[in-house]
Amino acid sequence: MVKSKSAYSIPTKKGKIDTHIFVVWVDNEAGVLARVVGLFSGRGYNIESLAVAEIDAKKNISRITIVTTGTPQVIDQIKLQLKKLVPVHKVANFKREDKNVIFKEMALLKIVGPKNKIDKCINACNKFNPVIIDKTNKSVVIQITALRRDIDKMNLKLKPLGLISTSRTGAIAMTRGAQVLN
Amino acid sequence: MSKLYSGAEIVFKCLEDQDVEFIFGYPGGAVLPIYDELQNHSSIKHILVRHEQGAGHAAEGYARSSGKPGVVLVTSGPGATNVVTALTDAYMDSVPLVCISGQVPTHLIGTDAFQECDTTGITRPCTKHNWLVKDVKELPKILHEAFHVATTGRPGPVLVDIPKDIQFAKTNYSKPKKEKKLNGKSHNKYSQKEIDQLIQLIQRAKKPIIYSGGGVINSGPEASITLREFVKQTGFPITSTLQGLGAFPGDDEQFLGMLGMHGTYEANNAMHDCDLLINIGARFDDRITGKIDEFSPNSKKVHIDIDPSSINKIIKVDLSVIGDVNDVIKSCIKTINKKNKSFKNSNKEKISKWWQQIQKWRKKNSLGFVNSNEIIKPQHAVQRLYELTKNQDTFITTEVGQHQMWAAQHYKFNKPNRWMTSGGLGTMGYGLPAAVGVQIAHPDKLVIDIAGEASVLMTMQEMSTAVQYNLPIKIFILNNQYMGMVRQWQELLHEKNYSESYSEALPDFIKMAEAYGCKGIKADNYGELDQKIEEMINHKGPVIFDCHVDPNENCFPMIPSGKPHNQMILGPTDQEENKITGKGKSLV
Repeated sequence: MVKSKSAYSIPTKKGKIDTHIFVVWVDNEAGVLARVVGLFSGRGYNIESLAVAEIDAKKNISRITIVTTGTPQVIDQIKLQLKKLVPVHKVANFKREDKNVIFKEMALLKIVGPKNKIDKCINACNKFNPVIIDKTNKSVVIQITALRRDIDKMNLKLKPLGLISTSRTGAIAMTRGAQVLN
Repeated sequence: MSKLYSGAEIVFKCLEDQDVEFIFGYPGGAVLPIYDELQNHSSIKHILVRHEQGAGHAAEGYARSSGKPGVVLVTSGPGATNVVTALTDAYMDSVPLVCISGQVPTHLIGTDAFQECDTTGITRPCTKHNWLVKDVKELPKILHEAFHVATTGRPGPVLVDIPKDIQFAKTNYSKPKKEKKLNGKSHNKYSQKEIDQLIQLIQRAKKPIIYSGGGVINSGPEASITLREFVKQTGFPITSTLQGLGAFPGDDEQFLGMLGMHGTYEANNAMHDCDLLINIGARFDDRITGKIDEFSPNSKKVHIDIDPSSINKIIKVDLSVIGDVNDVIKSCIKTINKKNKSFKNSNKEKISKWWQQIQKWRKKNSLGFVNSNEIIKPQHAVQRLYELTKNQDTFITTEVGQHQMWAAQHYKFNKPNRWMTSGGLGTMGYGLPAAVGVQIAHPDKLVIDIAGEASVLMTMQEMSTAVQYNLPIKIFILNNQYMGMVRQWQELLHEKNYSESYSEALPDFIKMAEAYGCKGIKADNYGELDQKIEEMINHKGPVIFDCHVDPNENCFPMIPSGKPHNQMILGPTDQEENKITGKGKSLV
């Protein structure tokens, strides 16, 4: 091993890395997203996707959904650090595998090509509630809602069939059943 | 209709309602309306600094020594960017600061106007929270909230950015409502259950240690009294972080000295070998823990902290108690008194072997050094300074480097709020302006900045502030002509490649003192040191003391290169006989 000249300790053990979804309720005010995102970049946390919009115009509350990865210790830190931000009201997080929570993402797919290829694409999207939003002789825009990894797959699958542009919302989450997130 | 006030007037109304007595600042175009208003508010005194960084550190010194928030007033652009170092410093060391910055008028924001910068963007990661005031109606609420955020929970800096047009605009003012909860964030989140668990651990422990930090100081002077009671009650040994010094008397038999990279042999070995570690208001900083994987491997760990995000951040603990340190320790003392009347004696018996072991470690005298009767050793200088000032209530600030560690090791603090140093950020140039702030808060006390010649040059301009306000601060420079800590690392870790760590053209500090209009004293041999120190203490005005010390002295003991606590390098006196040192040497 190379002799360390640093006085900083290098950890030898590494924890298992999980994917987690964070749901953060914040005051919808100027700079609030920068605070949340800056926390992630400043402390070296990962962001795989991010979705944000106002959900309560009266109370002025926005809901941010962030997909991230990290060891259990890091996930714990993210939650505690988020809670310290002044405009943050509450924070919930789930493992991606959590069966009690629905994670969905919407994507718009633009395909340009001959009719037979376009039809093939529409068929391929059948599993994911496809909606044809725009159609011309040479092109189509399809809206699908699916899990992240399914959209990843569709992306690869449709490329050879004429997919030229993809736009995705990033995952959003909701609990199943009657209970609400706390 | 109630009276309308301008934004600038509201700033002062808020400061008055928050009982602010001093603001540290520097005027400029974008804060002139506020400066205009200053003369109408006689209860608030403005201290004009020479650089905005100095304002920030002075406010830190004021806050740390008085327990009140420090208030800073700067202009837009360079005024705001200059204060960033001080804000970051305050953020790392949990010092309550309220910084008010001017901003270009609202309609010019985003146009790259003269002296414009994205102040809230730049200071977002180095403040607890910041605000850009876009409507004068929001101003009173924001300012009062700013004080609330800065001073509650784990304290820290906040910034309020006020565009110039908002300072002119008029609105109503109403006094703040008392005790407004901030998004329901209350601080004590522990229950009796956790206290009971802690007491159980205390009763079972055979090799316990208490490790206290700056949280005890931030919890207020009462927390230090409570801590002392708790330590006496349990009979446990106690060690302290750099920031926690003074919470427990430095000359007490139960105090093991500071721990960590330059901590004592007994403190670090006790941390390593203990079976119960009680962290009170400290944060397992990497200068404390050394190698994380081998940190205190066989102990149950308890963490008492007001900030939930400190728990399990670096070291996984077995029990966490989230709350104000003073409240938590008080609950512990109460519970012990209620449940176990015979606790005191039985407990002391149980840990007597542990104390015997600690005494063995103590015999190493790890802070020892080879003194000289010609050249002044820096450790000797600090010891003499301590001996000659301990009979009065003395406040010590420091810069950053070897002199800081020697001050921490050899100056014994008996009271909280007497020790101001930049621990987390390690800001060279902190000590001189901090001393200005401390002296403002305690005009009749002796305030000494134990400094290095390299650090002190970074903020030397604040001597001018000290002279202007007749602040009798003493700048005690341990002058070794090197950036000593850099030189030490180069010697021990970088094959003695002393790259750029020697200062070739140092100023004549005596002439410099005279140029600033204060007194300069120089000491360069062992025999005259005491008399010169006395001369410094007895002088009524500010003094720069140029103490020429051995340029080759290193700061020991030291935990090298991310090693665990039980692999320290000791000083030259121990090095032949000590096995651990032998191992340590091969590591360097």
